[in-house]
Parts: sequence; C-alpha cells; structure tokens
Amino acid sequence: MTAVAEAAAPPAAPSPARRFRLGWRAALLGVLALLVMMSVARVVTGANDITSAGTIGAAVGLAVPIGLAALGGLWSERAGVVNIGLEGMMILGTWCGAWGALTFGTPWAGVVAGALGGALGGLLHAVVTVTFGVDHIISGVAINILGLGVTQYLSKLVFTDMDGGGETQSPRIPSIGNVGIPGIGDGLQSLERTHTFLVADLAGVLRGITQNVSLFTLLAILLVPLSFYVLWRTPFGLRLRSCGERPVAAESLGVNVYYYKYLAVLVSGALAGLGGAFLSIVASGIYREGQTGGRGFIGLAAMIFGNWRPGGLAGGSLLFGYTDALQLRQGGTSVHALLLVVAMLLAAFAVYQLVRQGRGRAALISGVFAVAVFAVFMVTDTVAEQFTSFTPHLTTLLVLSLASQRLRMPAADGVPYRKGQAK
Amino acid sequence: MSSSFTDRLLGRVRLGGLLALAAPVLAIVFAALVTSIILVLTGNPPLHTLLLLVDYGSQPRTIVNIVNLATTYYISALAVAIGFRMNLFNIGVDGQYRLAALLAAAVGGALVLPPVLHVGVTVLVAVAVGGLWASIAGLLKVTRGVSEVISTIMLNAIATGFGAWLLTTDRLAVAVSGSNNIGTKPIPASGQFPGFAMIPGTQAKVFGFIVVAAVLGIAYHVLFNWTRFGFNLRATGASESAAVASGVNVKRMVLLTMIISGAVAGLVGMPQLLGASYSYSLDFPTGLGFTGIAIALLGRNNPAGIAVGALLWSYLDNSSDILDLEGIPKETVIIMQGTIVLSVIIAYELVHRYRMSAEQRRVSRQLSAGTGAPAEGAVA
Repeated sequence: MTAVAEAAAPPAAPSPARRFRLGWRAALLGVLALLVMMSVARVVTGANDITSAGTIGAAVGLAVPIGLAALGGLWSERAGVVNIGLEGMMILGTWCGAWGALTFGTPWAGVVAGALGGALGGLLHAVVTVTFGVDHIISGVAINILGLGVTQYLSKLVFTDMDGGGETQSPRIPSIGNVGIPGIGDGLQSLERTHTFLVADLAGVLRGITQNVSLFTLLAILLVPLSFYVLWRTPFGLRLRSCGERPVAAESLGVNVYYYKYLAVLVSGALAGLGGAFLSIVASGIYREGQTGGRGFIGLAAMIFGNWRPGGLAGGSLLFGYTDALQLRQGGTSVHALLLVVAMLLAAFAVYQLVRQGRGRAALISGVFAVAVFAVFMVTDTVAEQFTSFTPHLTTLLVLSLASQRLRMPAADGVPYRKGQAK
Repeated sequence: MSSSFTDRLLGRVRLGGLLALAAPVLAIVFAALVTSIILVLTGNPPLHTLLLLVDYGSQPRTIVNIVNLATTYYISALAVAIGFRMNLFNIGVDGQYRLAALLAAAVGGALVLPPVLHVGVTVLVAVAVGGLWASIAGLLKVTRGVSEVISTIMLNAIATGFGAWLLTTDRLAVAVSGSNNIGTKPIPASGQFPGFAMIPGTQAKVFGFIVVAAVLGIAYHVLFNWTRFGFNLRATGASESAAVASGVNVKRMVLLTMIISGAVAGLVGMPQLLGASYSYSLDFPTGLGFTGIAIALLGRNNPAGIAVGALLWSYLDNSSDILDLEGIPKETVIIMQGTIVLSVIIAYELVHRYRMSAEQRRVSRQLSAGTGAPAEGAVA
C-alpha cells in the first residue's frame, strides 16, 4: 500500500515547511499550554472533574494496561512481526494473573503468572509466524479466538469451585500496595478545592500522579524507559530492530533473525500479559470475563499513534486513558468541556500552520474545524453517555487521520522471512 | 520464492490433486488431537464428547439451527473475503452489520408497503448503511493513508456507541412486551422474509434468506472470475505496482472494494431480522463479523470453501449447547475453532513447502538424468 500512502501525501509546500522537532522544552511548554487550556475550559464550564486528582489518577490507571499492550506491540513490530493477537495475550494475562495471585496468595505471583501467560500466547504467535511463516494478522486473529476460549474454559474449571468465584469471574484477589509522596497530599487537596484558575488544576494533576499510585503502575511506567534503553541504546536492541527493518541484511551480518524475532514476540506477549494482569489484579480486583474490552486493539492504535516509539506510545496511552477516565467522572459534562479544549487546540494548530509553516489552506481547514467544534460546544449542554463511551476510539480515528502520513513503521513489518531467502 | 504467502493463502496458487485435500484433512486431524489432549487433561473422555456433539448435531431441530446460523456466517465471511481479495482487512464487518440491521429494522418497522417491496426497501437500507459505514474506513485509507485494520476496529466501537444511542426509547426503540428488553418496532408481515420447513422431522423453518446467500455466493464467483472489475481487483491485490502500470486506479479500487464489502456486510443481520426476530433489540446477535473473518480464512476466500467453513463453524456452535448439560465446558468448542483456524493455515503452508521441494527434486532429477550436466540455477 506504499503507493497509496505516497500518492495521498499533500503536495510539497512552495517553501520547505519547517520540520517540527519535539525537544524537552517544547514538550514541557506543550504540556503547560494544554493545562492552561484545560483550566480555561474548567473555569468556563464548571466541569471541575476534567483536571481533578481523581480523574488524573484514574487516567493513569487506565493508561497502564493500554500502555503495556502498546509496549508489547512495539517489541514485536520492531522485530518485524505484526501482533494483532495482543488482545488474546492480554486475556490470557487477566486469567493467569488472577489465578497466580489466588493460588500463591500474593499479588506479585499473579504479576509473574500474568506475564508468563501472555508469553505463552506470544510463543504460539512466534511459532506460527516465524517458524511457519504464516501471515501475521491471521495468526493474531486465531490467537484472539483461542485466548478467549481457553480462559473461559479454564475459569469454568478452576474458579467455579473457589469460594466466591463463578463461571465467569474469580474470587477477590489480594491487592497490591499503593505508594505516594508523603506530606503533600493534604496541601494539594486544599489548593485544589479553591478552584483557582491554573493553581487548582496544577494541584489536581500533581495529586493525581503522586498519591495512591499502585506499585504495579510504577513498574509499568519504568518499563517504558527500559524498553527505550534496551531497544535503542544497546547492541542487542540494534540487532532486534534490524530484523524489523531488513532481516536479509541482518542475516548477512551474522544476526540470527529467528532468535531475535522469537525473543521479541515472547517479550511482546509477556508485556501484553502484564497489561491483562494489571486489569484483573489492580484495576478491578477480580478476573471477569470480557474484562479487556478491546484494550489490546487500543494499545495497538496507541503504538501506531506513537509512531512505533516508546515516548510516543506512552503519550498515546495517556490520551486514551484520560478520555476513558473522563467518561467515568461526570462523563457528559466532562466530555462536553473537552470539546472546548479541542476547539482551542485546533485554533492554536491553525495559527501554528499559518504563522510558522505558511500553509494558508491547511490553516483555513483547521480553523473551520475549530469553529465547528466550538459551535457544537455552544449549542449543546452535555454529551450523551453513549457517545462518551467511544471518545477514545473517535480520538484515535481523528488523530490518525491527521497524523498518519508522518508515521513510519518498521520497513519489514509483517513481511514473512525465511532464512536464506536472499540469493 | 515464486509465490507470496498471500497468494497461496488466498488460493491464487492452486494445489493439485490429493495435496489439495491433504491440508484440510491434516488440519482437522491436528485440531481434533489438540482438543482431545485438552479434554483428557481436564478429565473428560474425548470420544464420548465427540459422540455427544455428533448425536446432538444430527437432530432435525439442531440441523435447522445449524443451517440458519451458517447462512448468517456465510454472508459475513463473503463480506470479509471481498476485502481479502484485495489485501484489505475489513475487521469492521461487525460494526457495519449491526448498524445496518438496526437502521433497516427501524425503517422496516415504520413503513407500510406491499409485501415484496417492503422487504426490498428494508434490505436496501441495510445495504446502503453497511456500505456507507465501510466507506468511512475506505475514504480514510485513500485520502489520509490510515490503515483499515485500525480504523475499522475503532469504527466498530463507534458503531456500538452510536447504536446504543439510537436504540433508546427516545429515538428508535419501543419496549418489547413481556420483558424489560427494548427493540425497534416489529416489522409487519408484509416485510418478513418467509422461510420453509425443508428438514424432515421438524416444523422449524429454514431462513428464506438462504436463497439470497446462495445468489450472493454465485455473484461473488462471477464478479471475481468473469468481470473486468474482478480482474482489476485481483490484480491490485496480487501486485499493486503491476496494476498501476496497467492503468488501474488503485485508490478508486480500494474505496469501491471497501464499499462493496460493507454493503454485503449490511446483509449479515438480515436472515435473523427478516426471518426470526423481526425487530432489532438489545439481544440481537453480536460478533458475527469476527466469526466471518475466521470462516473466510478457513474457506480460503472461495465461495464453496466458505460454505463448508460456515457449516462446520455453525455445527460446532450449535451442537456445543449439549456439552454444558453434560458437565463439559462448552468453551471446548471455541478452543477447537481457534485451533482449526491456526492449523488450517499452517497445514496449507506445509503442504505448499512440501510440494515446492518435491517439484525441485523432480526437476533436478530429470535434468541430471537427461543431460548429465549440473542442474544448478535451473532449479532456483
């Protein structure tokens, strides 16, 4: 489909458009600007939940499983194996996590079991795609079916006999401890209660990310820089990525492509399994059938959204986590307030396109969209609850349609490879 | 390699004679083996389980259910297969058919029309909605380069939310009498698709829509094998650059294929809607689109193969009801289905590799016997 993508790219601007590089300062400024916009929206609409500590905390919690699935996708796709079976591996993780925690009486055993369960799914995917060279998407679809079937089968066998368990759910799982930075929680909370412009928002965000954070969440967050370090700063990572870019070249340099692909898909499954284990152990405290709710797919979208990079996928996961959290907290009002933020963002984007890039027509289109979103915001009071349920999905679709041409996936992603195929 | 994996998968490379049969047989034997191992491990006798399935599945009433569900699966798999033929992965069949069935049910319930016309209008609405919903993914792909895999998954979730919003008593739904379910206004007799009791031994009726499904299968075959459009479509799927060179407008083909796939997907809910429930309510079957993907793979995008796959899948789904009564988790069947999909594709790959190497051996033997010269190069 390269030809389609290339043909669809907009014609080159007369003067070369300035390339946007995201540095530390730009990122910090961007976050601050976003906070200001949200603060404005909060003051204007009175939707206090859009920056409350509760929402931010929930957003982080909801972002973790998506982020872990996305990291899983990153590992395997960087080695050239498309992994649409993340959802199935996640489902295995939810069941194994609950089972491990209940059997050994400690949640950390569940964490390990969840990762192993997911890795088992990854192993199957690796055997099918790497050894047998079968189409990656088909294998993924089959693994999604299998993951669902196996866990439903097993929970009927195992959880039905447990006290408080049933055919479709497990008993309560022992919980993992929470940590927080001591001594600042109360101060931040009273600041937040003042509802002062910007100050209260900053306090809410800080309290959301520093208080009552699950240890599992910390572990998950640490996995992002760790993945970056391993994949981009070590010889091992370089070889692994070379298998996703040009396996034939890697082979000619003596890299055992099969070995790296296997390892990458195993890690991928383990990460997705961890995401599933997070859902059952931390997020809900029990295993329930259908718990993943398509988060594996959202994780895949977050990874594409993040341009196959750890930092980007973390940002994407946070965005999905946030929109997901909003619908739980005064969904209609909060998502309605978010419309104002979107309108402001689009307006700012239009100005950026006009002033910094000199793209008049693109700026006009963005501007029209901004006005349209603002109009919707003005004529409605709230967003129907059924609509808030797909906010993350709609966001994905919009962001991808705006940004997909700047994304670049690993060159040999999804291409079957057989040893010695280069003659 | 002389042919790509997709070529083999989509049946563009034909396996000759007995080998064509070897793959599915191998796969089913392997799937049976895996399922037996799981059953033995969990303390259930495999043979007894299998006999239960066969016994329950051959009762007349179950046969009717099997045929009816297979009709639905068949249409769903055809919709997926249309996309596959062009390397388009339409995961969105699920959202497309649910939205289409909901809106068609609403229109069908609201209209007063003479019999045949009533059905026609309802079906037309379904086709239009399915095609329109799929066209979003198609447009995003050709104008913005968004992968249809991701966009259709997202559109499924959006269709779910949008459908839930429409199916409230403020809008399209009315309370279903005698339950706390809600659904669209029932379609009157003039808009129903009559079924026929063709299985001896039961009064239960087979969906009349099975005729439409069969026509669709024939149309699919004709479209892909006898029309210029079908040729262009297959050409684009096989080699995009070659298709572009011969003057095919790839973007237009992508959009059209997506719309046709969605239009067929719009029909997936029709057998159930026009033949049994006559209303789209909260308990309308979901997930048929995903089943369609698996069946399209099983049938290798061939209309006859898909029919066999749909019957097999439906047989397993329907006969599994007996297992729960016997204390065996009926999810055994889901495991069996997943294993069948995996082993079918692996089996085709293995058989193909075997055939390739056998061919190479044969050629090199002939060459060395004929000339005595080294046969290198000629083989590759």
